[in-house]
Amino acid sequence: MLKLIIVREFLARVRNKSFVLMTFMSPILVFIMFGVIAYLTKINDSEIKHITVFDKTDILKNILFDTEQIQYRFLDDISLAEAKKQTAEDETTYGLIVKTEADAQVSFFSNESVSPVLISNIENKLKEYYQNQALMDLGIDPTTFYDNPENTQISIQNYTGKETSKTNSYVKMIFGGFAGYLIMMFIVIYGNMVMRSVIEEKTNRVIEIIISSVKPFDLMMGKILGTTMAGLLQFTIWIFIGFLLLQLFGNLNGAYPQTIADTQTSAFNLTVILKEILALPLGFMIVSFLLFFTGGYFLYSSIYAAIGAAVDNETDTQQFMLPILLPLILGVYIGFFTVIENPHGTVSTVFSMIPFTAPIVMLMRIPFGVPWWQWTISLLLLFGTFLVVVWFAGKIYRVGILMYGKKPSYRELIRWLKHQ
Amino acid sequence: MPNLLEVQEVSKTYGNYTALNSVSLTVKKGKIFGLLGPNGAGKTSLIRIINQITMPDKGQLLFDGVPLQSKHIKQIGYLPEERGLYKSMKVGEQAVYLSQLKGLDRQEAKKRINFWFDKFNINDWRDKKINELSKGMAQKVQFIITVLHQPKLLIFDEPFSGFDPINTELIKNEILELKEKGATIIFSTHRMESVEELCDDIALINRSHLVLSGALRDIKNRYKQGIYLATLENFNTAKAASLQHEGIELMESKNHVEIGQQLLKLKIDKHTDINTLLTGLTACGTLVKFEEKIPSVNDIFIKTVKETPDA
Repeated sequence: MLKLIIVREFLARVRNKSFVLMTFMSPILVFIMFGVIAYLTKINDSEIKHITVFDKTDILKNILFDTEQIQYRFLDDISLAEAKKQTAEDETTYGLIVKTEADAQVSFFSNESVSPVLISNIENKLKEYYQNQALMDLGIDPTTFYDNPENTQISIQNYTGKETSKTNSYVKMIFGGFAGYLIMMFIVIYGNMVMRSVIEEKTNRVIEIIISSVKPFDLMMGKILGTTMAGLLQFTIWIFIGFLLLQLFGNLNGAYPQTIADTQTSAFNLTVILKEILALPLGFMIVSFLLFFTGGYFLYSSIYAAIGAAVDNETDTQQFMLPILLPLILGVYIGFFTVIENPHGTVSTVFSMIPFTAPIVMLMRIPFGVPWWQWTISLLLLFGTFLVVVWFAGKIYRVGILMYGKKPSYRELIRWLKHQ
Repeated sequence: MPNLLEVQEVSKTYGNYTALNSVSLTVKKGKIFGLLGPNGAGKTSLIRIINQITMPDKGQLLFDGVPLQSKHIKQIGYLPEERGLYKSMKVGEQAVYLSQLKGLDRQEAKKRINFWFDKFNINDWRDKKINELSKGMAQKVQFIITVLHQPKLLIFDEPFSGFDPINTELIKNEILELKEKGATIIFSTHRMESVEELCDDIALINRSHLVLSGALRDIKNRYKQGIYLATLENFNTAKAASLQHEGIELMESKNHVEIGQQLLKLKIDKHTDINTLLTGLTACGTLVKFEEKIPSVNDIFIKTVKETPDA
């Protein structure tokens, strides 16, 4: 019986046009979106900025050199007022750098709001210059002093000797964050599907026939399991498409390394990112995603099912939505702010154990490496809590599906729980 | 005749509300049992208990002589008053699914669906979704789904609602055919004329109590008040007046001038028999038509419900 219900629910979800659309369109949409962002960034960067320099000290000439994006024009033999006037009137000029004293004092004049990246860039160059100057004053050759500046970069390794890098941390953050966020979205989307399907059966009155054939609990579980399978199928298809696109993207990038890899503002090389992605424990992450998604989704969708049974139509569900969404949103915030800051801190660890936030927070932590015992306890707690919650949900569900016409209050729901 | 279903002192309360108060009744095998009662009397509660959708607080039910268990679900077919099917599921698939839930295997379900769809001549609906069908069409599909697994006990809650007279007749005949094939039927309705036509036994529930039950014929006899209708020609008014002395009360007397007939409604008291009435009437004129006025289920229903004391 349960199998029949699961199959029906699964087919009902999968045959839905919006399911098919969402499954195949969203990865492509995400891909297109990234493409558009990359393209726009590139356009933005390929714009050449003309900057005029008014320098009485001739220091800047030795520091500022033309790049692909910035071209400097050094003004000589005119007054500062004249230089300002000229630059201000010339629309093609981005701004004016003024240096009148030998000390580190520099001004920047511009009509537009100035890119902070550009300013810090110039600042760094100035700083470097004055530091070198100071070293030389002390009789030290800067190149000898710094030896090879490359070496000052900290090499990050974990204890098993695997070398990681800053890029690696960013990739982990993005992957973990994305996985956690995806879990939340899945829980909300698929939980809503379960709820709507319960409400549909109730308003259709088909419920009366079904539960004269099967136990209400079986129906509820069949619904949850069937919908889970639809969710997992969708996720699997996404992974498949994702790998395919990644492969495709990787090849493209190999063929035209200049396009994105060398743009100045992209902090990391794309090939490096790709390498890092592939170096992540992807298999483990996927397995974890499936397990934590299943657990989290089971937990929340049994609550969704109980809510669906309690109400007559979707508008009545509003009052019950907040308690569901709150822990999910909390999970995402903790993930984005705390886990990324300190993936193994107390807050991160605790919230990756609490079943209502665990699926999200744990998924965000996993790329940074989580001890096995934490992973196991979290998962056990999650499924244990599910068993308790589904038992309560089943009670509400059983009473609720036969109640019509009344918008239930929380007090009413508690009374249903006590119902023999 | 053995009983297919015995309801023994079943009570059910929802919070402070008593839906059923120690209700007992028996449904005989192969008969049509009319479950009557005003709205909110407790019929649906009882039907849900028989369907094991809810459990009784007190009392028990016997199905075919043994306590009602979940395995009996497969032997019960239920057509709820509030009809409903999956709106976006195809008719054929839906029928297969719902009969599989009742324990039929897929192939057998398909075979029987073919039979019924042919019988009702609705084969071209098979791939339509319920929301593409009219209400009456959906009702037909639902009727088929109810009987598909050939249950021993069929429960029809207002089976004729939503049907036009032609389809009502069709469904009525199907119900009678099912009875002939040996099915036992519980029939819950407000349409008293269909109760008269179909039911062998009835039970009347009012305000959670069983107030009346038994064979329809017996109940009608019990509610007879000794009222007779007679039609006479060459009517003699003076003679009719003297009938009173023989324990006969003349309740109504109407003259149909055009056809020269007199219509009489008479009531005899307990000590008077029909022969006395007939002799008296023949003295008043030529007796053309004579019949006993048998109370309709409708009359019995209204009378009983009104007489039930407030709980």
